Amino acid sequence: MNMVSYEPFVTEDGRTIGDAVMELRNITLRFGGVVAIKDISFDIREGEIRAIIGPNGAGKSSMLNVISGFYTPSEGEVWFEGRKRPQMRPYQVARQGIARTFQNIALFSGMSTLDNIMTGRITRMKSSLAAQALWWGKAEREESEHREAVEKIIDFLEIQHIRKTPVGRLPYGLQKRVELGRALAAEPRLLLLDEPMAGMNVEEKEDMSRFILDVNDEFGTTIVLIEHDMGVVMDLSDRVVVMDYGKKIGDGPPDEVRRNQDVIDAYLGVSHD
Amino acid sequence: MFYREAGDFKTSYTQDSQTFPIRFDRFRYYAVLAVALAVIPFVIDDYWASALIVPFLIYAIAAIGLNILVGYCGQLSLGTGGFMAVGAYACYKLMTAFPDINIVLHIVGAGLVTAAVGVMFGLPSLRIKGFYLAVATLAAQFFLVWLFNKVPWFYNYSASGQISAPERTVAGIPVTGPNTEAWAQYLICLVFVVVLAWAARNLTRGTVGRSWMAIRDMDIAAEIIGVNPLKAKLTAFAVSSFYIGIAGALFFAVYLGAVEVGEAFGIQKSFLILFMIIIGGLGSIFGSFAGAAFLVLLPVLLKNVLVGGLGWPTDLAAHLELMIVGALIIVFLIAEPHGLAQLWRTGKEKLRLWPFPH
Repeated sequence: MNMVSYEPFVTEDGRTIGDAVMELRNITLRFGGVVAIKDISFDIREGEIRAIIGPNGAGKSSMLNVISGFYTPSEGEVWFEGRKRPQMRPYQVARQGIARTFQNIALFSGMSTLDNIMTGRITRMKSSLAAQALWWGKAEREESEHREAVEKIIDFLEIQHIRKTPVGRLPYGLQKRVELGRALAAEPRLLLLDEPMAGMNVEEKEDMSRFILDVNDEFGTTIVLIEHDMGVVMDLSDRVVVMDYGKKIGDGPPDEVRRNQDVIDAYLGVSHD
Repeated sequence: MFYREAGDFKTSYTQDSQTFPIRFDRFRYYAVLAVALAVIPFVIDDYWASALIVPFLIYAIAAIGLNILVGYCGQLSLGTGGFMAVGAYACYKLMTAFPDINIVLHIVGAGLVTAAVGVMFGLPSLRIKGFYLAVATLAAQFFLVWLFNKVPWFYNYSASGQISAPERTVAGIPVTGPNTEAWAQYLICLVFVVVLAWAARNLTRGTVGRSWMAIRDMDIAAEIIGVNPLKAKLTAFAVSSFYIGIAGALFFAVYLGAVEVGEAFGIQKSFLILFMIIIGGLGSIFGSFAGAAFLVLLPVLLKNVLVGGLGWPTDLAAHLELMIVGALIIVFLIAEPHGLAQLWRTGKEKLRLWPFPH
């Protein structure tokens, strides 16, 4: 164990956030000759909402894919809960308690809302194939227990009415919500949200923001968020990483980042007055 | 107006997730089961058993098996005939090697052997998908049929190259061999169908089933939320092959009695069962039954109408039958691509609101 201790960090709204859940050390990611991420380091602390922002093609989603184990970094180390993470398959990363949503909805379209969210709990399901075939003992108990947990999430996200609807038939905003539910079902230590508000109208964005804040607040889940809507990012997040062309150009609380000249030049636009 | 969920309150999640949530459906299911177990065995004769009911039951098992792989897990397979052959030959070898053991255990054992072979041929699915996987399983089909023709050990060095089932009994009643009564044939197949269909339903509504469907619908997302793709795909291959192997064993031992591999388990069989699940409905247990019934019943029906009803010559009717079945399949796929199961679901939706659809 190599638990790095940090001095407590006080956010702008006066909350204190704790130790690092995850540390990314000198991550570089190459695809052939293309360098998608170049020597980036930052940490994600317990209980915070950490935003990653940057212009299109800056490498934000690649960064999220590194965290979720979908890409293995060419160089650098991922430290999770005080331990260096060995190279592992994405489903193993999920088992460690990292869940995510996708930029383009990646729900299981043939399954109902309930089944989608139940699938999110797959890392916690233990009964054997034989027990499930006979629907007996552990299999049946487990199904009911997990159903109860899933129903709590369904209540939380206010999607009771679409419980048994195949998700392929749902409107976009609700699909995004179901996808959040599926990620929450795993009760993750770290929740990764890739543009949770892309393509939403103002009302849907407000709903989604409320859910994200509530998840962070009620379940204490640490959240990493990629989002293009600046208003949302600045309001929701405790700390922001700014990327441009695969490099980190800013890191800190929203207000500090907003004043950072590099960030303004690269992302918010050079001011002309 | 019995077909309602109104007034039928669920007080636990177990009740809510049961197979037939509507009371009428439950009673209908029990009624069908009662007729199948308590009435049909007494009225069945040789013609009905060999022309319709026994092949329907056996194909239903094979169709459920293939549906698990193709309909639920999304892995296209054209090796069904080959895997049925593995079941048949495994059953034959077990029957002749251990004559004292009950035939039911032989059939289950044949299923297990086929499951192992299925897992082996399922390994490429970890790397390849869709049409390419279909080609790989097609190779399995041809390889297995070739193997059973080529290696005399599999048919116990018999001169004809055929395998034929010796007489075996369950509780003193012969179920294989020439002395088998129609009702005994029927009952042993029925027991396998009921148990296997029930188990398939349980698997597909539980964790395993959800991980299969997750792989089918979006494999990358499935892996990222924690589904082990290796495990999901290989269990699908194993369970699917287990079912198909049992179907093959029953087809050989109980139904045909004697089998020549290329004839009984050729590529036509793979396509026949694939058609069954496409017409019946991918990803539906009921659809497997419906598709099997459709493709078993239709040729017999056509033959009776054309030869028996209209008095056409048999050979002309046989050719026309092929064309009509083919045309019907095409019409069907255009009119209802999700199969008979979808028609059934739509019908039930309508029935729930009947007679006040607004």
